[in-house]
Amino acid sequence: MLPAMRCVIHRDLLLALRRRADVMTMLLFFVIVASLFPLGVGPEPNLLRTIAPGVIWVAALLASMLSLTRMFSADYADGTLEQMLLSSAPLGAIVAAKVTAHWLISGLPLVLMAPVLALQYDLPRPLLEVLTLSLLLGTPVLSLIGAIGAALTLGVRGGGVLLALLVLPLYVPVLVIGAGTVDVAAAGLGAQPYFQLLGALLVVAAAFAPWAIAVALRISIE
Amino acid sequence: MLEVTDLECVRGNRTLFASVGFALRGGELLRAAGANGSGKTSLLRIVCGLLVPTRGEVRWRGSDIRSLREDYGRQLLYVGHANAVKDDLTASENLAVTCTLAGIPASGGQVRAALHRLGLAGCEKLPVRVLSQGQRRRLALARLALGGSVPLWVLDEPFTALDAAAVDCVQTLILEQLGRGAAVIFTTHQDQLAAAVTFCIDLDSRAR
Repeated sequence: MLPAMRCVIHRDLLLALRRRADVMTMLLFFVIVASLFPLGVGPEPNLLRTIAPGVIWVAALLASMLSLTRMFSADYADGTLEQMLLSSAPLGAIVAAKVTAHWLISGLPLVLMAPVLALQYDLPRPLLEVLTLSLLLGTPVLSLIGAIGAALTLGVRGGGVLLALLVLPLYVPVLVIGAGTVDVAAAGLGAQPYFQLLGALLVVAAAFAPWAIAVALRISIE
Repeated sequence: MLEVTDLECVRGNRTLFASVGFALRGGELLRAAGANGSGKTSLLRIVCGLLVPTRGEVRWRGSDIRSLREDYGRQLLYVGHANAVKDDLTASENLAVTCTLAGIPASGGQVRAALHRLGLAGCEKLPVRVLSQGQRRRLALARLALGGSVPLWVLDEPFTALDAAAVDCVQTLILEQLGRGAAVIFTTHQDQLAAAVTFCIDLDSRAR
């Protein structure tokens, strides 16, 4: 089980490294969307500070959506997905490895860039840390939920739009709690309960999503 | 080892075949024959467990393959229509990944030897992007050279896009595997391995 998981993660990271354009496009999208708001809203520091958590969270959410369609479609097209279904390792474990690789490629860079982008909104330093930590807990949940949608819409024509319609409503709780974490911290209240909620979401998603993704893939590949 | 009883496959309102059944023992070679669209690939996918039949069941050593899942995956080596190779990885990286997924332990030296055996010497470090169609097929089939310990091979059109030398090589691999007591199922439109085929299922005669 473990060698197969390590192999899949290593393979996906290697593929991402050899096709850097895909990751760069997504990161640039994140940077541009997050930078358009201060330009459009105007240089009003209080307003910017208020909208910062929500805008950065929404930008991260949209950016992580961009790469979702590619998550299984390439493996589906070239037959690798069939080999994964027939693997000697449980499909749930392989799927978990694929989601982990997806997060390392398209979630972690967002987390690392968020504090830099938040500087444009004049967010004070303690809040930068809260924002980064909330994204660190939240983006894996986005990858896990998104992967369920990607598996369900595999091989469907116009699957990209359908995927967005399917997944975005499911992202709402993560967005509300994630952006809320920074808001309560800004209001001077303890952000601890919100972090715990995000952590709980992550645990639940990590426990159930691989199983749901595996079932969805078995249906899609028929 | 493998028992298939009363299979029926319906794809898009059309019954491809009905009441297909056979029992395959170790060392036996089964050929699925039939015209294009007669359901050869569907039959092979059902045998692998990728497709759920409308009726009937597939049993491996007495138990339903759907309850075996990855335990069945360990006993099975499937080479499908698609080559399952990645353009951006090198030939040896591709082979190492497919072997790990299939649960076949393969060291760097064994991977190299398998590529040599299929006539891909010198291509180990090349990205698959630059390989020809026939070379990609050879790469997909290279896992046969490493899968000697796997008791069931399911090969969908293994000889397409291959030149005469590669066809010979794959035939030899299959015959060696039968000699080891493993079962092999394959489809072809040519007459390779005709002498070794234990029995042949003609899907044209099973159509409705």
